[in-house]
Amino acid sequence: MADRIRLLLNDAEVETADVSPMTTLLDWLRDTRGLKGTKEGCAEGDCGACTVVVERRAADGTMRREAINACIALMGQLDGASVRTVEGLTGSDGAPHAVQAAFTETDATQCGFCTPGFVMSAFAFAAGGERGADGAIHEALAGNLCRCTGYRPIVEAMRRVAGTAVAPPPDLSALARGGDACFEVGGHRFVAPTTLAVALRLRAAHPDAALLAGATDLGLLASRHRKPPASLIHLARVPELHRIDRVGDSISLGAAASYADATPALVEHWPALAPYLSRLGSRQIRAMGTPGGNLGTASPIGDMPPVFLALGAALRIASVRGERRVAIDEFFLGYRRTALAPDEIIVAIDCPLPRAGEVFHCDKLSKRRDQDISTVAAAYRLQLEGARIVGARVAFGGMAATPLRAPRTEAALIEGGIEAAARAAEAEFTPLDDWRGSADYRRTVAGNLIRRLGARLASPARAVEVEAL
Amino acid sequence: MKGGAHAAERHDSALRHVTGGAAYIDDLPEPPGTLHAALILSPIAHGRIAMLDLGAARTAPGVVAVLGPHDIPGRNDVAAIGKDEPLFAEGRVYFAGQPLAMVLADTLDRARAAAALARIEIVAEPAILSIDAALAAETWVQAPARLARGDAPAALARAPHRLTGEFRCGGQEHFYLEGQIAFALPGEDGDMLVHSSTQHPTEVQHICARLLGCDFNRITATVRRLGGGFGGKESNASWVAGAAALGAGHTGRPVKLRLPREIDMVATGKRHGFLYRYEVGFDDEGRVLALDAMLAADAGWSLDLTPGVVTRALTHIDNAYFIPHLRAVGYACRTNLQSNTAFRGFGGPQGVLVMEDAIDRMAAHLGRNADALRALNFYARGRDTTPYGQPVTENHLPRVWAEARQLGEVERRRAEIAAFNATSPILKRGLGVFPLKFGISFNSPHMNQAGALVHVYTDGSIRLAHGGTEMGQGLFVKVAQVVAEVFQVDLDRIRPAATSTADVPNTSPTAASTGSDLNGGAAFEAARELKRRMTAYAAEHFGAAEADVVFADNQVRIAAPGSNQVLSFGELAQLCWLGRVSLSATGYYRTPGIHWDPATMQGRPFFYYSFGASVAEVAIDTLTGENRVLRADLVQDCGRSLNPAIDLGQIEGAFVQGQGWLTCEELWWDDRGRLRTVGPSTYKIPGSRDVPPVLNVRLLENAPAEVATVFRSKAVGEPPLMLATAVWTALRDAIAACRQAPGPIRLDAPATPERVLAAVRARQAKS
Ligand SMILES: Cc1cc2nc3c(=O)[nH]c(=O)nc-3n(C[C@H](O)[C@H](O)[C@H](O)COP(=O)(O)OP(=O)(O)OC[C@H]3O[C@@H](n4cnc5c(N)ncnc54)[C@H](O)[C@@H]3O)c2cc1C
Ligand code: FES
Ligand code: FES
Repeated sequence: MADRIRLLLNDAEVETADVSPMTTLLDWLRDTRGLKGTKEGCAEGDCGACTVVVERRAADGTMRREAINACIALMGQLDGASVRTVEGLTGSDGAPHAVQAAFTETDATQCGFCTPGFVMSAFAFAAGGERGADGAIHEALAGNLCRCTGYRPIVEAMRRVAGTAVAPPPDLSALARGGDACFEVGGHRFVAPTTLAVALRLRAAHPDAALLAGATDLGLLASRHRKPPASLIHLARVPELHRIDRVGDSISLGAAASYADATPALVEHWPALAPYLSRLGSRQIRAMGTPGGNLGTASPIGDMPPVFLALGAALRIASVRGERRVAIDEFFLGYRRTALAPDEIIVAIDCPLPRAGEVFHCDKLSKRRDQDISTVAAAYRLQLEGARIVGARVAFGGMAATPLRAPRTEAALIEGGIEAAARAAEAEFTPLDDWRGSADYRRTVAGNLIRRLGARLASPARAVEVEAL
Repeated sequence: MKGGAHAAERHDSALRHVTGGAAYIDDLPEPPGTLHAALILSPIAHGRIAMLDLGAARTAPGVVAVLGPHDIPGRNDVAAIGKDEPLFAEGRVYFAGQPLAMVLADTLDRARAAAALARIEIVAEPAILSIDAALAAETWVQAPARLARGDAPAALARAPHRLTGEFRCGGQEHFYLEGQIAFALPGEDGDMLVHSSTQHPTEVQHICARLLGCDFNRITATVRRLGGGFGGKESNASWVAGAAALGAGHTGRPVKLRLPREIDMVATGKRHGFLYRYEVGFDDEGRVLALDAMLAADAGWSLDLTPGVVTRALTHIDNAYFIPHLRAVGYACRTNLQSNTAFRGFGGPQGVLVMEDAIDRMAAHLGRNADALRALNFYARGRDTTPYGQPVTENHLPRVWAEARQLGEVERRRAEIAAFNATSPILKRGLGVFPLKFGISFNSPHMNQAGALVHVYTDGSIRLAHGGTEMGQGLFVKVAQVVAEVFQVDLDRIRPAATSTADVPNTSPTAASTGSDLNGGAAFEAARELKRRMTAYAAEHFGAAEADVVFADNQVRIAAPGSNQVLSFGELAQLCWLGRVSLSATGYYRTPGIHWDPATMQGRPFFYYSFGASVAEVAIDTLTGENRVLRADLVQDCGRSLNPAIDLGQIEGAFVQGQGWLTCEELWWDDRGRLRTVGPSTYKIPGSRDVPPVLNVRLLENAPAEVATVFRSKAVGEPPLMLATAVWTALRDAIAACRQAPGPIRLDAPATPERVLAAVRARQAKS
């Protein structure tokens, strides 16, 4: 099979013949399509200058309209989707869209280089029908940097944009593909299976191929490092990997469900995850990125591992040989090494639901509050009897070469109380020492996060973070 | 008419910005045959180049040429003001990131892939990787600069109170969203058109000519707009453009050099980090009697623009305060790091920190209110000459101070914050107030000149060219407003032209906040000259007195005796053409009355001062050091603003940029001198949530410039960046609240959570 990528670009159907599926969307827009409105500011998903809006049918059948980073999106991922760029907002008469007009009316542009990206984030915000509360606006803008304006006028433009009626997404049915796809150009092979069985067969047959979920990690190989993998197995089209169901006393989170998809279910049971997940990457990142990919990457500073470790999640891992369950505690073996065999795929993450008397908290420390990688991340699942802690699972990221549990801290929480646990947390790790924080700082705040936990438990209503002021 | 001086007009490109129609250099069409360039950089901070094997790169697919120092027909020197700053290292390398060679290939990916094939062997030698190491080794890029008045040691000896202080501030990456880029197109017989994202087209022209060994007249440097500059595209843009021109000259094909973000951050200079040590003497009231200070700037490996930065730091150490006896030494430390360069404020932001630190220490020592001590030490009648001999005229300090404090409700909020802190063990709040005096003009008098070229066409439309570059600051619309005002025509009749050395030669960089003062002044002269010619011809033609020719509302009225003529502006232009009147004029402006002796550091370097004041409130978390700006109130003097909408944007943007410098933006080198914060994932500039949720900004009202600036406006680009100093002060105030007893607080910038926590712990440890 040699399929061609088909997509809508600003409402016009495009079929690509000789474009590598590993080409970034940004390169394709600018170099092949000559659409120069979308900019490159960093090629690592962090500045938002390349933001476009993608309209697509999610695996659960719902229509999605999300801002994404074109710089780290691969063309193969966009098969069947509609891509809208800043040029595609302007009316056929050349009149600016209401969203664009809002940015001129509020003097929200200076050098203008960031502007197309902001406009597209604003368009997605308007399309989402959100209200113009400042918190929501900042969340929507976390993936866009502006060095000139100081943002105040941009936030003002967003307030005006909120509630702006935007045209419904285009009909994508003509692009629908019956089954699996394989795009092969110039030595690059991108396969997109639509059943788990086929995905597992492909995985077994091509151990050299990389698995691709949202590409918010792997995409950087193409964008920043300019060396995409030669062979990819794309998991986002496999419905089994998207399921978010309740199974017995657990929530089972499909490994390819995006953060955006997974958030409502997670936050319903663990409300403390709401602010935490809203700080994981940006909307652009959360539209594409997946908790499954976060585990697959196994970074010591990923934000989900401490959460899954504290929750005591189990991973369902499958291969053509069958499925097995691996406790999260057994999954991380060393620096970016996991228990996955070369032929295996993470299918789902089963998170045991909170029981009576259980509380869950989590914290993320970073230099900048939004869109920053954690210096230290921590998650705590505690079993309380009255005010007494009778069970504790505590996990940290940023404190070692892998995300890990803090057994001495856990024991101290149960036996010695908060202060003893804080001292244990200060002592039990050999943390990273880098630009995000010195080892000393990390040790100190690991203890202090336990003290913050103590303050939270002591008076749940009281603000313990500057963000709450 | 619409859009004259003082109108709150929109940025001229606003509509194109939002629709994606505004073209930056990477968006320009590429002629067939265009080559793409990639740099090969030194991985080592200091050493001898033992081998640079480019064979594999040369034979890689798509590669057309690989150029090193020996392929430069002219001089291998891209220094802005010094000499011997090679484009490509020869023999030795002086920082990790220094360009060694450049690959030209048919596609960017192939150029980058080939660049990675270079085999580099460098024998590493001991490197100087910090200001402290440079101070110890006494390695400078220039001799220490000294600014002195009176007898500081004697006055200190006599002073009733003396305190010493030491602290540091970090550098700052410009992080213009559009990275460095140049696109060179060879023409016939050695001509070269260079599109460069530069703040200094004339320097681009000179450096290209120097590298190519040709006359300046062969090179045309041009730029329509930059995607941000902030000083980072002053000297740095020149070598990028020079490399592209070298490639184009060598191959005869168009060459584009665009630095990917990581290369950009690794190879180009930044704001200078500083180390400060000082001793201040004062009386019982808290009046400063003497200051003896040492400022050590991290210049990086070469001179670049460091002399100007050190001079501006020294001439802003006084800031708003009268210092009777001063001895200040500025060291320009040579390190094996990126060569630091211009960045909005140009040493001013670093200079003004000293007295803020000193006054807070004095207040703690005397047990007095720090704000009161600030006001007590302001320049005032009889205490109104700066240490470098320039009188402080038009002193708006009392006004901006009072207005900012009122806007910021300082008294009420101080009480509120004290009450909060008394009952909040973990979170603490703090307030800071900051006054600013900032000198406007390039410190080097000769740079304070500008040219403009204005054409009136026979339909009455106008083309406006000047030497200033548009980098988002709204210079083009402001200068167009000046011309509209002179001709009394609608702003949309005036077309700003891309900046080009072909239109206006021998220009100064668009920097030092002087863009609209200088270029507005030059455009004013050009327009006035044309208006004079048109007036004279109209008077002659209609037999009227020149005084009876009036330009108003897109028209020209000629009240000749017995007849009343009304022509549109275009009709008069057509009439002038028929009458063989030249409708093209150059305008030239030079700032009057400034002089400066760099040897004695005395003179009148500044045409005028800009004033401002700010109030900032912060909250800190004493467990994690996380911090947040809750509110800021700013009052900024813009004279009679040429465009209040543009100026507001400059103030807000500069404040947030200054906040970033002082809080979250941290440059981090490893122990081998390799910069490891090389992109937005590791180098954190403020995001929208970091902007104070309450941000009140006022332009000082009824404050036309006393000196004859263009329509009595004032510069605005840099001063408000320093208003963010109030954030740093507020952070120290919040840290002070961690303990009841007074005592000194040291808070180095950037005040990352880690540094704030360290300061909190240092303070708690004392109790
Ligand atoms: C701008 C930016 C901001 C970011 N911010 C954060 C942040 O705040 N916190 C954080 O934790 N991370 C952050 N990341 C990293 C990244 O977004 C996350 O790690 C994300 O979870 C990766 O998911 P993905 O689906 O995009 O993974 P991909 O890039 O598609 O894949 C990542 C890895 O996981 C493997 N993989 C994917 N799915 C599976 C599977 N089902 N089974 C086995 N292996 C699999 C892949 O083979 C690959 O090795 C950020 C990234 C960017 C670019
Ligand atoms: S270019 Fe910066 S996020 Fe894509
Ligand atoms: S307007 Fe210049 S970066 Fe936003």
